[in-house]
Amino acid sequence: MIAVRQLALKVLLPLALAATAAPAAARAPALADAAGNYRIARSSVIRFNVPQVGGGGGIAGQFTRFTGAFRIDGRNVQRSSVEFTLYPDSVRARERRVEDFLRSSAVFDTASFQTVTFRSTRVTQTGPDTATIEGALTARGKTRRERFSVALTDWNRRTISFTIRGNIRRAPYGMDVGTPIYSNVVSFDMNISGVRR
Amino acid sequence: MLRNSDHGFGAITIALHWTIAALILGLMLIGFVMRRMEIDPVLQFSLYQWHKSFGFTALGLAFLRTGWWLVERSPQSLPSLSAVEDDAARFTHLMLIALSTLVPLAGWAVASASTLDIPSFYFNLVVIPHLPLPKSEVSEAFWAFAHAMLAYVMLAIVAIHTAAALYHHIVRRDSALRRMLRSKAGAGGADIVAKGK
Repeated sequence: MIAVRQLALKVLLPLALAATAAPAAARAPALADAAGNYRIARSSVIRFNVPQVGGGGGIAGQFTRFTGAFRIDGRNVQRSSVEFTLYPDSVRARERRVEDFLRSSAVFDTASFQTVTFRSTRVTQTGPDTATIEGALTARGKTRRERFSVALTDWNRRTISFTIRGNIRRAPYGMDVGTPIYSNVVSFDMNISGVRR
Repeated sequence: MLRNSDHGFGAITIALHWTIAALILGLMLIGFVMRRMEIDPVLQFSLYQWHKSFGFTALGLAFLRTGWWLVERSPQSLPSLSAVEDDAARFTHLMLIALSTLVPLAGWAVASASTLDIPSFYFNLVVIPHLPLPKSEVSEAFWAFAHAMLAYVMLAIVAIHTAAALYHHIVRRDSALRRMLRSKAGAGGADIVAKGK
Protein backbone atom coordinates (compact mmCIF):
# COMPACT_ATOMS: atom_id res chain seq x y z
CA MET A 1 0.00 0.00 0.00
CA ILE A 2 1.26 3.40 -0.86
CA ALA A 3 0.65 5.68 2.02
CA VAL A 4 1.37 8.99 0.42
CA ARG A 5 -0.66 11.08 -1.92
CA GLN A 6 0.99 12.40 -5.00
CA LEU A 7 -0.31 15.44 -6.61
CA ALA A 8 1.60 17.58 -8.98
CA LEU A 9 4.49 15.44 -9.90
CA LYS A 10 3.30 14.09 -13.15
CA VAL A 11 2.16 17.42 -14.33
CA LEU A 12 5.53 18.96 -14.12
CA LEU A 13 7.24 16.41 -16.19
CA PRO A 14 5.14 16.70 -19.33
CA LEU A 15 5.37 20.40 -19.19
CA ALA A 16 9.08 20.34 -19.25
CA LEU A 17 8.99 17.82 -21.95
CA ALA A 18 6.69 19.79 -24.14
CA ALA A 19 8.65 22.92 -23.63
CA THR A 20 11.83 21.39 -24.79
CA ALA A 21 10.42 19.60 -27.78
CA ALA A 22 8.35 21.15 -30.52
CA PRO A 23 7.59 24.42 -28.80
CA ALA A 24 11.20 25.00 -28.12
CA ALA A 25 11.82 26.31 -31.57
CA ALA A 26 8.98 28.78 -31.38
CA ARG A 27 9.81 29.96 -27.91
CA ALA A 28 13.51 30.19 -28.53
CA PRO A 29 14.76 27.78 -25.89
CA ALA A 30 15.61 24.37 -27.19
CA LEU A 31 14.39 21.38 -25.35
CA ALA A 32 17.91 20.37 -24.70
CA ASP A 33 18.42 23.67 -22.91
CA ALA A 34 15.67 22.89 -20.45
CA ALA A 35 16.81 19.36 -19.96
CA GLY A 36 18.00 18.62 -16.50
CA ASN A 37 17.01 18.01 -12.95
CA TYR A 38 14.90 20.45 -11.03
CA ARG A 39 13.55 20.70 -7.55
CA ILE A 40 10.14 22.20 -7.03
CA ALA A 41 10.47 25.66 -5.54
CA ARG A 42 8.68 26.65 -2.36
CA SER A 43 7.28 29.62 -4.21
CA SER A 44 5.09 27.25 -6.18
CA VAL A 45 1.37 27.65 -5.58
CA ILE A 46 -1.01 24.72 -5.25
CA ARG A 47 -4.62 25.79 -5.30
CA PHE A 48 -7.72 23.66 -5.24
CA ASN A 49 -11.42 24.25 -5.44
CA VAL A 50 -14.44 22.08 -4.73
CA PRO A 51 -17.52 23.60 -6.35
CA GLN A 52 -20.77 23.62 -4.40
CA VAL A 53 -24.34 23.08 -5.51
CA GLY A 54 -26.24 26.20 -6.52
CA GLY A 55 -23.11 28.15 -7.37
CA GLY A 56 -21.14 30.14 -4.87
CA GLY A 57 -17.51 29.91 -3.94
CA GLY A 58 -17.26 26.28 -2.94
CA ILE A 59 -14.34 25.12 -0.85
CA ALA A 60 -11.21 26.84 -2.05
CA GLY A 61 -7.77 26.65 -0.55
CA GLN A 62 -4.15 25.85 -1.03
CA PHE A 63 -1.36 23.70 0.31
CA THR A 64 1.68 25.52 1.57
CA ARG A 65 4.04 22.65 2.28
CA PHE A 66 5.29 20.26 -0.38
CA THR A 67 8.45 18.92 -1.87
CA GLY A 68 9.23 17.48 -5.23
CA ALA A 69 11.62 17.13 -8.10
CA PHE A 70 11.41 16.53 -11.78
CA ARG A 71 13.67 15.61 -14.57
CA ILE A 72 13.33 16.80 -18.13
CA ASP A 73 14.80 14.41 -20.60
CA GLY A 74 16.23 16.50 -23.39
CA ARG A 75 16.41 13.71 -25.89
CA ASN A 76 13.08 12.12 -25.19
CA VAL A 77 10.56 14.24 -23.40
CA GLN A 78 8.37 11.20 -22.86
CA ARG A 79 10.95 9.88 -20.51
CA SER A 80 10.81 12.89 -18.28
CA SER A 81 9.50 12.27 -14.79
CA VAL A 82 8.25 13.96 -11.68
CA GLU A 83 7.85 13.07 -8.04
CA PHE A 84 5.86 15.15 -5.68
CA THR A 85 4.97 14.99 -2.02
CA LEU A 86 2.35 17.14 -0.44
CA TYR A 87 1.68 17.64 3.28
CA PRO A 88 -2.08 18.07 3.61
CA ASP A 89 -1.68 19.30 7.16
CA SER A 90 -0.51 22.55 5.56
CA VAL A 91 -3.89 23.17 3.97
CA ARG A 92 -5.07 26.76 4.05
CA ALA A 93 -8.69 27.70 3.52
CA ARG A 94 -11.05 30.59 4.10
CA GLU A 95 -11.40 29.87 7.77
CA ARG A 96 -10.05 27.70 10.49
CA ARG A 97 -13.14 25.50 10.73
CA VAL A 98 -12.74 24.51 7.11
CA GLU A 99 -9.03 23.75 7.56
CA ASP A 100 -9.71 21.63 10.62
CA PHE A 101 -12.40 19.73 8.77
CA LEU A 102 -10.08 19.08 5.84
CA ARG A 103 -7.41 17.77 8.22
CA SER A 104 -9.87 15.60 10.11
CA SER A 105 -10.64 11.95 9.49
CA ALA A 106 -13.49 13.16 7.25
CA VAL A 107 -11.08 14.24 4.53
CA PHE A 108 -7.28 13.98 4.60
CA ASP A 109 -7.03 12.29 7.99
CA THR A 110 -3.63 13.89 8.50
CA ALA A 111 -3.20 12.12 11.82
CA SER A 112 -2.99 8.80 9.96
CA PHE A 113 -1.71 9.91 6.56
CA GLN A 114 0.85 12.67 6.62
CA THR A 115 1.45 12.93 2.91
CA VAL A 116 -0.13 12.82 -0.49
CA THR A 117 2.24 11.72 -3.22
CA PHE A 118 2.36 11.70 -6.96
CA ARG A 119 4.76 9.72 -9.09
CA SER A 120 4.58 10.14 -12.83
CA THR A 121 4.35 7.13 -15.07
CA ARG A 122 3.97 8.75 -18.45
CA VAL A 123 4.49 12.14 -20.02
CA THR A 124 2.86 12.93 -23.32
CA GLN A 125 3.53 16.08 -25.24
CA THR A 126 0.30 17.59 -26.52
CA GLY A 127 1.51 20.81 -28.10
CA PRO A 128 4.53 23.03 -28.49
CA ASP A 129 4.40 24.01 -24.83
CA THR A 130 1.84 21.68 -23.35
CA ALA A 131 1.84 18.14 -22.11
CA THR A 132 -0.13 15.60 -20.16
CA ILE A 133 1.32 13.84 -17.18
CA GLU A 134 -0.07 10.59 -15.94
CA GLY A 135 0.94 9.00 -12.75
CA ALA A 136 0.07 7.35 -9.50
CA LEU A 137 -1.60 9.58 -6.95
CA THR A 138 -1.66 8.23 -3.43
CA ALA A 139 -3.88 9.67 -0.75
CA ARG A 140 -5.30 8.13 2.39
CA GLY A 141 -3.52 4.93 1.49
CA LYS A 142 -5.23 4.59 -1.85
CA THR A 143 -3.35 4.84 -5.12
CA ARG A 144 -4.99 5.68 -8.39
CA ARG A 145 -3.93 6.72 -11.84
CA GLU A 146 -4.57 10.41 -12.39
CA ARG A 147 -3.82 12.86 -15.15
CA PHE A 148 -2.80 16.50 -15.14
CA SER A 149 -2.36 18.91 -18.00
CA VAL A 150 0.74 21.05 -18.05
CA ALA A 151 1.50 24.31 -19.83
CA LEU A 152 4.88 25.95 -19.86
CA THR A 153 4.66 29.53 -18.74
CA ASP A 154 8.23 30.68 -18.21
CA TRP A 155 11.70 29.40 -18.68
CA ASN A 156 15.24 30.60 -18.30
CA ARG A 157 18.57 29.00 -17.65
CA ARG A 158 17.95 28.36 -13.99
CA THR A 159 14.23 28.13 -13.51
CA ILE A 160 11.21 26.82 -15.31
CA SER A 161 7.55 27.42 -14.55
CA PHE A 162 4.39 25.58 -15.43
CA THR A 163 0.70 25.91 -14.95
CA ILE A 164 -0.71 22.54 -14.05
CA ARG A 165 -4.37 21.69 -13.95
CA GLY A 166 -6.25 18.54 -13.14
CA ASN A 167 -9.59 17.32 -11.92
CA ILE A 168 -9.50 14.62 -9.31
CA ARG A 169 -12.49 12.65 -8.13
CA ARG A 170 -12.19 12.45 -4.38
CA ALA A 171 -14.64 9.64 -3.59
CA PRO A 172 -12.27 6.83 -4.63
CA TYR A 173 -9.82 8.08 -2.01
CA GLY A 174 -12.44 7.79 0.71
CA MET A 175 -13.02 11.54 0.81
CA ASP A 176 -16.59 11.68 -0.43
CA VAL A 177 -17.88 13.61 2.59
CA GLY A 178 -20.26 16.40 1.67
CA THR A 179 -21.31 15.09 -1.72
CA PRO A 180 -23.52 16.03 -3.46
CA ILE A 181 -23.61 19.44 -1.80
CA TYR A 182 -19.93 19.70 -2.63
CA SER A 183 -18.73 18.28 -5.91
CA ASN A 184 -16.97 14.97 -6.04
CA VAL A 185 -14.53 16.59 -8.47
CA VAL A 186 -11.73 18.68 -7.01
CA SER A 187 -10.10 20.99 -9.49
CA PHE A 188 -6.44 21.72 -8.98
CA ASP A 189 -4.79 24.81 -10.37
CA MET A 190 -1.08 24.93 -9.70
CA ASN A 191 1.78 27.21 -10.58
CA ILE A 192 4.85 25.05 -10.25
CA SER A 193 8.34 26.47 -10.46
CA GLY A 194 11.42 24.33 -10.80
CA VAL A 195 14.91 25.38 -9.86
CA ARG A 196 17.73 23.65 -11.64
CA ARG A 197 19.82 21.46 -9.39
CA MET B 1 -63.80 13.66 9.77
CA LEU B 2 -61.10 15.81 8.26
CA ARG B 3 -62.33 18.97 9.94
CA ASN B 4 -62.46 19.76 13.61
CA SER B 5 -65.83 19.73 15.31
CA ASP B 6 -66.96 21.43 18.48
CA HIS B 7 -66.14 18.27 20.38
CA GLY B 8 -63.09 16.84 18.75
CA PHE B 9 -60.19 17.21 16.37
CA GLY B 10 -60.38 16.23 12.72
CA ALA B 11 -57.84 14.07 10.93
CA ILE B 12 -55.96 17.07 9.50
CA THR B 13 -55.28 18.62 12.89
CA ILE B 14 -54.34 15.24 14.38
CA ALA B 15 -51.98 14.36 11.52
CA LEU B 16 -50.27 17.76 11.66
CA HIS B 17 -49.97 17.59 15.44
CA TRP B 18 -48.24 14.21 15.58
CA THR B 19 -46.10 14.70 12.48
CA ILE B 20 -44.78 17.99 13.81
CA ALA B 21 -44.34 16.46 17.27
CA ALA B 22 -42.25 13.63 15.85
CA LEU B 23 -40.18 16.06 13.79
CA ILE B 24 -39.56 18.35 16.74
CA LEU B 25 -38.38 15.52 18.99
CA GLY B 26 -36.25 14.00 16.22
CA LEU B 27 -34.71 17.38 15.42
CA MET B 28 -33.95 17.99 19.10
CA LEU B 29 -32.19 14.65 19.26
CA ILE B 30 -30.18 15.21 16.07
CA GLY B 31 -29.35 18.72 17.18
CA PHE B 32 -28.06 17.52 20.51
CA VAL B 33 -25.94 14.75 19.02
CA MET B 34 -24.41 16.89 16.28
CA ARG B 35 -23.63 19.81 18.57
CA ARG B 36 -22.94 18.39 21.99
CA MET B 37 -21.33 15.03 21.39
CA GLU B 38 -17.91 14.05 20.14
CA ILE B 39 -18.74 12.20 16.96
CA ASP B 40 -17.11 11.29 13.69
CA PRO B 41 -16.86 14.42 11.52
CA VAL B 42 -18.41 12.67 8.52
CA LEU B 43 -21.41 11.66 10.62
CA GLN B 44 -21.56 15.14 12.08
CA PHE B 45 -21.66 16.73 8.63
CA SER B 46 -24.44 14.33 7.58
CA LEU B 47 -26.44 15.00 10.71
CA TYR B 48 -26.28 18.73 10.05
CA GLN B 49 -27.69 18.20 6.57
CA TRP B 50 -30.45 15.87 7.81
CA HIS B 51 -31.22 18.39 10.55
CA LYS B 52 -31.61 21.12 7.96
CA SER B 53 -33.80 19.05 5.62
CA PHE B 54 -36.08 17.83 8.41
CA GLY B 55 -36.02 21.32 9.90
CA PHE B 56 -37.31 22.87 6.68
CA THR B 57 -39.97 20.15 6.61
CA ALA B 58 -40.97 21.08 10.16
CA LEU B 59 -41.06 24.74 9.19
CA GLY B 60 -43.33 24.07 6.23
CA LEU B 61 -45.69 21.96 8.32
CA ALA B 62 -45.62 24.54 11.12
CA PHE B 63 -46.74 27.21 8.66
CA LEU B 64 -49.55 24.90 7.53
CA ARG B 65 -50.43 24.17 11.14
CA THR B 66 -50.51 27.86 11.99
CA GLY B 67 -52.69 28.68 9.01
CA TRP B 68 -55.00 25.80 9.82
CA TRP B 69 -55.17 26.87 13.46
CA LEU B 70 -56.08 30.41 12.38
CA VAL B 71 -58.87 29.46 9.96
CA GLU B 72 -60.24 26.27 11.48
CA ARG B 73 -62.42 26.22 14.58
CA SER B 74 -61.01 24.70 17.73
CA PRO B 75 -62.99 22.17 19.72
CA GLN B 76 -64.51 23.49 22.92
CA SER B 77 -62.41 23.21 26.00
CA LEU B 78 -63.04 20.20 28.16
CA PRO B 79 -65.81 21.05 30.62
CA SER B 80 -63.70 19.78 33.50
CA LEU B 81 -61.13 22.55 33.03
CA SER B 82 -61.09 25.47 35.45
CA ALA B 83 -60.72 28.95 34.00
CA VAL B 84 -57.06 29.06 35.00
CA GLU B 85 -56.39 25.67 33.49
CA ASP B 86 -58.14 26.72 30.31
CA ASP B 87 -56.04 29.90 30.06
CA ALA B 88 -52.85 27.96 30.76
CA ALA B 89 -53.70 25.42 28.07
CA ARG B 90 -54.47 28.13 25.52
CA PHE B 91 -51.26 29.95 26.32
CA THR B 92 -49.22 26.75 26.05
CA HIS B 93 -50.77 25.91 22.70
CA LEU B 94 -50.17 29.42 21.42
CA MET B 95 -46.53 29.20 22.48
CA LEU B 96 -46.12 25.84 20.77
CA ILE B 97 -47.66 27.16 17.58
CA ALA B 98 -45.36 30.20 17.64
CA LEU B 99 -42.18 28.33 18.60
CA SER B 100 -42.71 25.55 16.07
CA THR B 101 -42.32 28.31 13.48
CA LEU B 102 -39.72 30.48 15.19
CA VAL B 103 -37.27 27.71 16.06
CA PRO B 104 -36.81 26.49 12.48
CA LEU B 105 -36.76 30.08 11.20
CA ALA B 106 -33.88 30.79 13.59
CA GLY B 107 -32.20 27.61 12.35
CA TRP B 108 -32.56 28.82 8.77
CA ALA B 109 -30.98 32.08 9.94
CA VAL B 110 -27.98 30.15 11.32
CA ALA B 111 -27.36 28.48 7.97
CA SER B 112 -27.86 31.84 6.23
CA ALA B 113 -25.60 33.91 8.48
CA SER B 114 -22.81 31.33 8.68
CA THR B 115 -19.53 32.32 7.09
CA LEU B 116 -19.23 28.68 6.03
CA ASP B 117 -21.97 29.39 3.48
CA ILE B 118 -22.98 25.74 3.24
CA PRO B 119 -25.92 25.41 0.84
CA SER B 120 -29.18 24.04 2.23
CA PHE B 121 -29.71 21.19 -0.20
CA TYR B 122 -33.16 19.95 0.82
CA PHE B 123 -32.89 16.14 0.91
CA ASN B 124 -30.34 16.53 -1.90
CA LEU B 125 -33.19 17.57 -4.18
CA VAL B 126 -33.44 21.34 -4.26
CA VAL B 127 -31.33 24.19 -2.95
CA ILE B 128 -33.20 26.39 -0.50
CA PRO B 129 -31.74 29.89 -0.68
CA HIS B 130 -30.29 31.58 2.37
CA LEU B 131 -32.22 34.32 4.13
CA PRO B 132 -30.87 37.79 3.32
CA LEU B 133 -28.81 38.15 6.48
CA PRO B 134 -25.29 39.49 6.90
CA LYS B 135 -22.70 36.72 7.02
CA SER B 136 -20.31 37.13 9.91
CA GLU B 137 -19.06 35.26 12.94
CA VAL B 138 -21.08 37.53 15.21
CA SER B 139 -24.26 37.11 13.21
CA GLU B 140 -23.82 33.34 13.03
CA ALA B 141 -23.15 33.12 16.77
CA PHE B 142 -26.19 35.23 17.58
CA TRP B 143 -28.56 33.11 15.50
CA ALA B 144 -27.03 29.87 16.75
CA PHE B 145 -27.65 31.06 20.30
CA ALA B 146 -31.20 32.20 19.48
CA HIS B 147 -31.93 28.90 17.72
CA ALA B 148 -30.70 26.90 20.71
CA MET B 149 -32.45 29.02 23.32
CA LEU B 150 -35.76 28.98 21.49
CA ALA B 151 -35.40 25.23 21.07
CA TYR B 152 -34.77 24.72 24.78
CA VAL B 153 -37.78 26.88 25.63
CA MET B 154 -39.87 24.86 23.23
CA LEU B 155 -38.57 21.62 24.71
CA ALA B 156 -39.62 22.83 28.16
CA ILE B 157 -43.09 23.71 26.90
CA VAL B 158 -43.36 20.38 25.10
CA ALA B 159 -42.56 18.73 28.42
CA ILE B 160 -45.29 20.73 30.17
CA HIS B 161 -47.72 20.00 27.36
CA THR B 162 -46.92 16.26 27.52
CA ALA B 163 -47.15 16.16 31.30
CA ALA B 164 -50.51 17.91 31.17
CA ALA B 165 -51.82 15.47 28.56
CA LEU B 166 -50.72 12.49 30.64
CA TYR B 167 -52.13 14.05 33.79
CA HIS B 168 -55.50 14.46 32.10
CA HIS B 169 -55.40 10.94 30.73
CA ILE B 170 -54.16 9.09 33.79
CA VAL B 171 -55.32 11.15 36.75
CA ARG B 172 -58.36 13.01 35.52
CA ARG B 173 -59.24 10.30 33.05
CA ASP B 174 -60.79 12.76 30.63
CA SER B 175 -60.52 12.82 26.84
CA ALA B 176 -57.81 15.47 26.52
CA LEU B 177 -55.24 13.04 25.15
CA ARG B 178 -57.68 10.67 23.50
CA ARG B 179 -59.23 13.31 21.34
CA MET B 180 -55.84 14.10 19.84
CA LEU B 181 -55.25 10.42 19.17
CA ARG B 182 -58.39 9.61 17.28
CA SER B 183 -60.81 11.67 15.30
CA LYS B 184 -64.26 10.98 16.60
CA ALA B 185 -67.24 12.95 15.43
CA GLY B 186 -69.56 13.70 18.26
CA ALA B 187 -67.17 12.65 21.01
CA GLY B 188 -68.13 14.85 23.88
CA GLY B 189 -68.46 15.23 27.57
CA ALA B 190 -70.65 12.19 27.99
CA ASP B 191 -67.93 10.00 26.61
CA ILE B 192 -65.41 11.53 28.97
CA VAL B 193 -67.58 10.90 32.00
CA ALA B 194 -68.23 7.33 30.97
CA LYS B 195 -64.52 6.65 30.59
CA GLY B 196 -63.84 8.34 33.86
CA LYS B 197 -66.02 5.89 35.69
